[in-house]
Amino acid sequence: MTRLETAGGLVGRTVERVEDAGLLTGRGRYIDDLPVRRDTAHLAILRSPHGHAEIRAIDTTAARALPGIFAVLTGEDVARLTRSMTVGVKANVECWPIARDRVRYVGEPVALVVAENRYVAEDALDLIEVEYERLIAIVDPEKALAADAPVLHPSLGTNLINERSFRYGDPEAALATADHRISIRIAYPRNSCTPIETYGVIAEYDPGEDAYDVTANFQGPFSIHAVISRALNVPGNRMRLRTPPDSGGSFGIKQGVFPYVILAAVAARVAGRPVKWIEDRLEHLTASVSATNRVTTLEAAVAADGRITALSWDQLEDCGAHLRAPEPATLYRMHGNMTGAYAIENVAIRNRVVLTNKTPTGLNRGFGGPQVYFALERLVHKIADELGLDRLAVIRRNLVPAGAFPYRTATGGLLDSGDYQTAIDRACAEGGLEALKLRRDSARAEGRLYGIGYATVVEPSVSNMGYITTVLAPEERAKAGPKNGAQSVATVAIDPLGSVTVKVASVPQGQGHRTVLAQVVAERLGLPLEAVCVNTELDTARDAWSIASGNYASRFAAAVAGAASLAADRIRERLAAIAAAQLNVTADRIDFGAGKLFDRDNPDNAISFGRVAAASHWAPGTLPDGTGQTIRETVFWTPEQLEAPTAADGINSSLCHGFIFDICGVEIDRATGQVRIDRYVTMHDCGRILHPGMVDGQVRGGFAQAVGAALYEEYAYGNDGSFLTGTLADYLIPTVMETPEPLILHHETPSPFTPLGAKGVGEGNCMSTPVSIANAVADALGVEDIRLPLSPSRVSAWLYAEERPSSKPRDVAPVATGASGERLLTGAGSADVVATRESVWTMLLDPNTLKAIIPGAHEVRKVSDTHFRAEVTLGIGPVKGRYRADIRLSDMVAPEAVTLSGGTEGALGSGRGTGRVTLTETATGTRIDYRYEAAIGGKVASVGGRLLDGAARVVIGQFFQALARHAGGGGPPSAAAGFTQRLLSLFRRRG
Amino acid sequence: MPRMNAAQRHGVEFTLNGRKVRAEAENRMLLSDLLRHEIGLTGTHVGCEHGVCGACTVQIDGKPARACLTLAQQVRGSDVRTVEALAPGPAELSPLQAAFRRHHGLQCGFCTPGILMSLDALLRERPEAGREDIREHLSGHLCRCTGYATIVEAALAAAEEQWKEETPNA
Ligand code: FES
Ligand code: FES
Repeated sequence: MTRLETAGGLVGRTVERVEDAGLLTGRGRYIDDLPVRRDTAHLAILRSPHGHAEIRAIDTTAARALPGIFAVLTGEDVARLTRSMTVGVKANVECWPIARDRVRYVGEPVALVVAENRYVAEDALDLIEVEYERLIAIVDPEKALAADAPVLHPSLGTNLINERSFRYGDPEAALATADHRISIRIAYPRNSCTPIETYGVIAEYDPGEDAYDVTANFQGPFSIHAVISRALNVPGNRMRLRTPPDSGGSFGIKQGVFPYVILAAVAARVAGRPVKWIEDRLEHLTASVSATNRVTTLEAAVAADGRITALSWDQLEDCGAHLRAPEPATLYRMHGNMTGAYAIENVAIRNRVVLTNKTPTGLNRGFGGPQVYFALERLVHKIADELGLDRLAVIRRNLVPAGAFPYRTATGGLLDSGDYQTAIDRACAEGGLEALKLRRDSARAEGRLYGIGYATVVEPSVSNMGYITTVLAPEERAKAGPKNGAQSVATVAIDPLGSVTVKVASVPQGQGHRTVLAQVVAERLGLPLEAVCVNTELDTARDAWSIASGNYASRFAAAVAGAASLAADRIRERLAAIAAAQLNVTADRIDFGAGKLFDRDNPDNAISFGRVAAASHWAPGTLPDGTGQTIRETVFWTPEQLEAPTAADGINSSLCHGFIFDICGVEIDRATGQVRIDRYVTMHDCGRILHPGMVDGQVRGGFAQAVGAALYEEYAYGNDGSFLTGTLADYLIPTVMETPEPLILHHETPSPFTPLGAKGVGEGNCMSTPVSIANAVADALGVEDIRLPLSPSRVSAWLYAEERPSSKPRDVAPVATGASGERLLTGAGSADVVATRESVWTMLLDPNTLKAIIPGAHEVRKVSDTHFRAEVTLGIGPVKGRYRADIRLSDMVAPEAVTLSGGTEGALGSGRGTGRVTLTETATGTRIDYRYEAAIGGKVASVGGRLLDGAARVVIGQFFQALARHAGGGGPPSAAAGFTQRLLSLFRRRG
Repeated sequence: MPRMNAAQRHGVEFTLNGRKVRAEAENRMLLSDLLRHEIGLTGTHVGCEHGVCGACTVQIDGKPARACLTLAQQVRGSDVRTVEALAPGPAELSPLQAAFRRHHGLQCGFCTPGILMSLDALLRERPEAGREDIREHLSGHLCRCTGYATIVEAALAAAEEQWKEETPNA
């Protein structure tokens, strides 16, 4: 059976979405489109250019003096009015939404400006002076554990913020007696599903009631509401949180807007007026939120026939600079399904969470799955290779048997339903595996590089709100009280004209919840789709919600739509009773259809839906005895299977477990190292399908993001903590050209635990696709240590490994980096001028001349004979900013040579460098030779490398050009400056 | 262009969706901000403000252009069209919009207005556009939700429909 029957109803059919007419005509209402109060001001955020530094001083005087500024806040100002955000583990550490005495990642907020508009607010940012003292930054999670590693949070005394070990069955014995022990080590990189709409917040404060009212494109979970209220120091009922009607995508990311909810709320309080903040893309990529990077060692005990008897996991999770709620949830979400689709009885797990100088992590589509399955499925692939077995045979040998559901995993998960064997058989047959193998063989026969990879994944959905407490030791859990369940809620309401409205707390991010809910409720009440109106805006002051509300963990189809059907059923039952009394039949004979309630045995005996439905409003006295009102029914539903962790640390972390099996064929271009996905088959069992079009949309969307994660996307850092992928020209999201079309197959086994039999589906390919591509590349190249993203340069390094054995890219720095890991620029050049050495020398030491010749200089001050301070404005690519430069002269041999060294610092980044200038007498004047070495960090370093190098050369070239001109008509620059010259003329033409 | 004072707002007159408008803008104001925040047409979206994502695409004198890379003052005297002008009437959709709805060419809809403006320009200029032309024009846009396949299908369906209408005997 491919698809379940839809029985002529609305559910299960691909209807057109009710959302679309508005979205297609520009009438969407996203956060930045909402009307605001007339006195609303705009917030802009000054962010750290350093990965790790002490804040010595912040001078906001000039910013405050700018006309149009309402407030400027530093970390201390925010701290006075708030409390540290709650941290999810027991640790002596605070977590603030803005830096106080120290910055710990590039992009960390340092100061807030509230101004009449965004342009003026950003002007003011340029005027804030921050004095930093740089500290050594730690970006590698393993190095962060070294005994002599700099510690991010001194109160913690270490960068290891949490460690727990778990043991299920007898893994030691299984490993000790196994025929084979096979292990793999992987490092999963950072990336993000980056929605096209960035974060936005509109906040207001009412001093009379000490209450905040915030609208934010927050996606949930609403457990975070408690974190926000506590941080703002108000009871939950004084922290009204609302969401806009539309959201421009989230994929988990918009959970991470909550620190900005706190910042905007405080800014509104201080400014005494509503404050609006819309994040820009540079801020989003640099500092919104990221998935975790993780280093995993996974070992298996394996029998000679390929049967896995034990798994031993060692996971080192990098959560960035702060452990923000709900982290370390990424590490625990998969806890109940750490054995994937396999029946493996013995499991050992060691989980460590480390802090590094990177952006704090949070929700991201797949949440924990990509990291886990990358290790598990690479290992299964390796086991087959090492034992000389067929890879599919090893997968099949270990699968949970089809008759074993519901199946309790070793770590406590309860796999609800499935038939993995049949799903795989069908995928191989319908996906054309045999033909694909022939294709591979003939490609290889021609000497081409072709590989096939598989991935077998169990996709968890509907998270148990208690899973995260698995991070606590059983005693700590006992003290804190049990946490479990996942309340979902839906309201069905009927107005006095008998029309139906549905309200849910699912906070959709573009998936079409309103359409599906209309389908579910209309079908239950026998109404046409258009008759049901669905509202998904959430207002914590007025709507029914709970901590589990929101759009995450693929809970909509399984839990929210289920709650809506339960609410509709309750109303239906009462309406049937009312109709039965009027039609003189028993209630069990009442049926619903075509907008009527009728006697099943005599359909002419009917009454209109509207009439029955409105009775509760107009004539409650006429309702049959014992029939409650039909005006509004709110159902909270939490599944009993979601129990708290057991004393032995068993946890059913999710309610539903879908199944995915992927087959991937890749060809690799020998010359360029480019990976091309030639064929992709993805088989899904997501239980009962409610809307086939939307399910395929979820699969395709997740697949495209996973292709990005596998081949292009990485939040890359230099070793000094500088962020290297700050624009969408550097962080490469696949376009239509890079997105292949997968063959999508379905095998439905309904979940016995959900009201509609549905399971989640949106996240699965983010878990399965990166590793199936990696397995295919491993198959093509015979390389074991596959690292993502599989960029052509990385793949080429493997291809030509024989010639350059040391070129295996162990570090992920895409550009030349210096000892400290910053972007390193070096160069040399010369210029001939018609002036004496002495006069050139004097010019170099004169502030007025320097002001005239330093590109973009506003001011040059002489602090001492050998010390100058300058203010300059420079534009590099899309990033234009103001910098303060500090220049010192040394090794002076008048009038022959001088060394200039110094640093610049600005909101956008920093640079340090030295240059040696030598002056030689020539027949016509003086020849100036220069040689420089400069290192650049901060936001500017996140601009594309080529752009930056070019711009630096242009700026330095301009300086000497100007010097030459100033010295009285410079001769043409000599050959060494030819490149500079070309670039310069290029820029001039454009300017 | 007349000399203008950076700190002052200056008038800018242009045609917007078929009507003459006059607005005020500082020199540095982006066209995207003028449309959205001064005039109040919020259908044009902003996803990156550095010209990569395509969400802000509008038509200036019939050609697709990034509103985030255009200064408001640059459209003086031009004919600007935004997504709000595509539908023939208040409760109607253009054939392209209707095809997007039929083929599920959108999810969150944030990238959609920009994509519609590009494809609308393509289909006007080259009614015979095929799959490859459509993919090429679409490659200037980022969509994070759909995986693009349904967008291509929608555009192809709209192109075919338009083709049939324009050449009834074909
Ligand atoms: S907002 Fe203009 S291209 Fe992204
Ligand atoms: S539909 Fe969401 S970005 Fe395209």
